[in-house]
Amino acid sequence: MAESVRSGGRSRRRSGEKSLDEREPLDLRPRGPQHAEITALAREAVDETGAEEPREPPIRLGAQTTLGERRRRTLGLAFHVLCAGAAMVGVLSLVVLLGQVLHDGLGQIDRDFLTSFASRIPERAGIKAALVGSLWMLALTAVIAFPLSVGAAIYLEEYAPKSWITTTIQTNIANLAGVPSIVYGILGLALFVRAMGLGRSLLSGALTLSLLILPVIILASQEAIRAVPDSIRQAAYGLGATRWQAVRLQVLPMALPGILTGTILALSRAVGETAPLIMIGALSFVAFTPQGPLDQFTVLPLQIFNWVSRPQEEFRQLAAGAILVLLAMLLAMNGVAIFLRNRYQRRH
Amino acid sequence: MATVHEIDTGGHAPALEARNLSVFYGEKQAVKDVSLVIPAHQVVALIGPSGCGKSTLLRCFNRMNDLVIGARIEGEVLFHGQNLYDSDVDPVEVRRRIGMVFQKPNPFPKSVYENAAFGPRIQGFKGDLDDLVEESLRAAALWDEVSDRLSESAYTLSGGQQQRLCIARTLAVKPEIVLMDEPASALDPIATQKIEDLIWELKERYTIVIVTHNMQQAARISDYAAFLYMGELIEYGPTDTIFTNPKEERTESYVTGRFG
Repeated sequence: MAESVRSGGRSRRRSGEKSLDEREPLDLRPRGPQHAEITALAREAVDETGAEEPREPPIRLGAQTTLGERRRRTLGLAFHVLCAGAAMVGVLSLVVLLGQVLHDGLGQIDRDFLTSFASRIPERAGIKAALVGSLWMLALTAVIAFPLSVGAAIYLEEYAPKSWITTTIQTNIANLAGVPSIVYGILGLALFVRAMGLGRSLLSGALTLSLLILPVIILASQEAIRAVPDSIRQAAYGLGATRWQAVRLQVLPMALPGILTGTILALSRAVGETAPLIMIGALSFVAFTPQGPLDQFTVLPLQIFNWVSRPQEEFRQLAAGAILVLLAMLLAMNGVAIFLRNRYQRRH
Repeated sequence: MATVHEIDTGGHAPALEARNLSVFYGEKQAVKDVSLVIPAHQVVALIGPSGCGKSTLLRCFNRMNDLVIGARIEGEVLFHGQNLYDSDVDPVEVRRRIGMVFQKPNPFPKSVYENAAFGPRIQGFKGDLDDLVEESLRAAALWDEVSDRLSESAYTLSGGQQQRLCIARTLAVKPEIVLMDEPASALDPIATQKIEDLIWELKERYTIVIVTHNMQQAARISDYAAFLYMGELIEYGPTDTIFTNPKEERTESYVTGRFG
């Protein structure tokens, strides 16, 4: 109905329209006859409603398809299919991987598997040492990396003057995030294991992994801190807050969910790391749980690596079981990260 | 060299005095050699077209420009005879005594109560915080609307209420001067009306410097008005004079709406 009123009015206005030059200057005084005219027009338009068929037949789509048009459409479709295929590659490989691992490993996981140490005899082998080692590693790395990264991020975002030094630091952090993990392993071996004499301990491993994920957490934390509106800082400073008070009481609480999300994702990367730990000489056969940060250790990825490199089929299956445990750990961590991020998005 | 704008402050002691104040953002000079006296317990409006430096000038009065990277300030701002820009003056202390309300309401993402309590808290306030929060909310004419929802998030308030909360938050620090940077520009007419009424009441206890784009608002609420153009202070005097009988032609053109 409304559509008809509008189109009726429009066609009428068009017929009486003058070009720009012909138009008289606008007169805004109310004029009686004009009002009456408009009312009449409107009434007429309403009367027409629903009485007529649409005046012009709708254009039939595809009626005038040319060869070029068809080719254009085929290309569009092909691109669509290609992109969908590209997306499928990721999903399919995950499905295949999970299917394979589930098939091989699910039968392995039971209480004994989780509470037994590694053994030469497959039936008695378990992942106790590796699981405990991984949890140790996770906790130590978090304790070391979190304050360092957040401190660095706060400094870079809130304190650092805009100078070439800051720019250099910033650029290097971004570059560090791209350094292969084995290189960190070499650094860890030279610095923590040898120079600092920490040996092949959990602490050496955690320090090495901390270095590895430091840039990732710093970048994520910077992002989160930058997302805090400047008006909040201004408000705090305007009330006589010191920089530290503004950061601690307003900026950090608002940035924390983002910082935590970044930290958890980085930690889940650390938990899955193998190469740097092999480099610093972590053991792959451990029949004890570490009692402190200076003890030797193994972690799940190393245990998996050790098992899959053996010829017997039974060990492959053990490896699949360990992979499932590791995957469960990683998925749980990512789940927490997603949960935090969603809560964060809702709040702002 | 701009003229020093000596004005008759009608017996009001000066609360703040700018002397030959210039502000540079990098190469650009945003405020040019401005000198003016802000009389105590009066409302002073800074008016002028966008980019004329009025907000920049306002931010000099409590050293908020310190936070802007690349900003450089020359000249003096005297507060109780002391230059705010002396090297031994702590900008944090300055901002506690000269509060600021911003253009857009910017409450903290916390409860109404926590917003009002933030200022006193960070200063280690030892008295009865509940009393102070209530007093501040009453002073900002907000208490009656929020007394039963103090623990709710400040974001649940309307824009006008949020801005009055920001004013309450500033008052809770017990400043002598309140700077307001277009405090009503993001608000609807009714909320604006409330803020204007509030400003009128607040001048009993505070000196108020307000930046506004709105000529009518400046005429309604201010005792003195300063017209800035291209970073220069063109004219400064009692609001009546500025709006009805300005000495400068540019002032007249602006207040009558011919440009800006």
